[in-house]
Amino acid sequence: MRKWEIFKNGIFNENPTFRLVLGMCPTLAVTSAVLNGLGMGLATTVVLVGSNVMIALLRQVIPKEIRIPAFVVIIATFVTIIDKVMAAGTPELHKVLGLFIPLIVVNCLILARAEAFASQNTVLDSAIDGLGMGLGFTFALSILSLLRELLGTGTILVAKDFGFSGIQIFPKDKGILLMILQPGAFITLGLVLGGINWWVRKREEQKNG
Amino acid sequence: MAEYLVIIFGAIFINNFIVSRFLGICPFLGVSRQVETATGMGLAVTFVMGLASGITYLVHKLLVALNIEFLQTITFILVIAVLVQFVEMVLKKSSPVLYRALGIYLPLITTNCAVLGVTILNIDAGHNFLQSVVNGIGGALGFSLLIILFAGIRENLNFAPIPRSLQGFPIALITAGLISMAFLGFTGFDLYALFSF
Repeated sequence: MRKWEIFKNGIFNENPTFRLVLGMCPTLAVTSAVLNGLGMGLATTVVLVGSNVMIALLRQVIPKEIRIPAFVVIIATFVTIIDKVMAAGTPELHKVLGLFIPLIVVNCLILARAEAFASQNTVLDSAIDGLGMGLGFTFALSILSLLRELLGTGTILVAKDFGFSGIQIFPKDKGILLMILQPGAFITLGLVLGGINWWVRKREEQKNG
Repeated sequence: MAEYLVIIFGAIFINNFIVSRFLGICPFLGVSRQVETATGMGLAVTFVMGLASGITYLVHKLLVALNIEFLQTITFILVIAVLVQFVEMVLKKSSPVLYRALGIYLPLITTNCAVLGVTILNIDAGHNFLQSVVNGIGGALGFSLLIILFAGIRENLNFAPIPRSLQGFPIALITAGLISMAFLGFTGFDLYALFSF
């Protein structure tokens, strides 16, 4: 039962993007299309699970004073692996995400989970925490990119790597170009965060009568 | 000369690290509540980004010579972490005044993606040593400009009547979106034409 709580925690109560507001750079940069957001989220999930498991395994061995550099090297190793795998497997997506794949190393979400969770918990719990947090991040990125891709281009789920040209909801010339440009990223995230704050507050008020 | 001006102005206005490349958003949102702290952060980042750009250029040459370029991400982040620690120790010994001003921001810089970002961008763009350093400093100046500007706005936002749900991060993000819209106006500016005297 506790395992389920850990898993759920990452997706809802402590959603990395919507509740903890961690890992903002990739969140803003790659959410212009659903495939990019989803790809980034899943790549981060793989790194997060890998690094959490590795750090939990080594938590007795790593000296306290140099734990941060040790964590960073472990994270960077997994990032290098996923970078090479994506370059070979999904070249189009790899090109679009570009700089932001090596930058998973400095995603504060991963280091935060290593420090706050994996270095103090068992391997299995850490793996579940990594999966929950990673999927919570993926979920947030997918929602943001769905909104932006739909409003910006009128088409959703364009996936060149998989030969899928997307579902057109309304004609492209009716789209708001701004949504897939940089300001759209900031404004969409701001409004979604505001909406979630409002919803959470309302729920709490109802609970308290 | 014109070439370097193009790199600097490009990094500050056209490809601004924050509003157009989305690098260094965490400190941009986290350390921008007051103009004074934002200025400190900007200075510290400028210092480290200039240094990191130069050093990683040399490290990359070494990696190429040894034919182990796939280790780029790992070595760069280690170089940056060591560099930040080193700068902190040197400042503590040699310049207590500067240390008191920048000290608390330095540990935060290791996980500032603008620093790792600029070093990778330099390699991808094939910049030489001097171009890398200029690009690093230019990018950091763009970062500083934005974070100071943003802190000024946020100080005033404290007095504005903002709906409760939008207070804090949401309104900060929307404000950043409006600034970013202004910076979109620089897109397509022909800097080479401007600086060919």
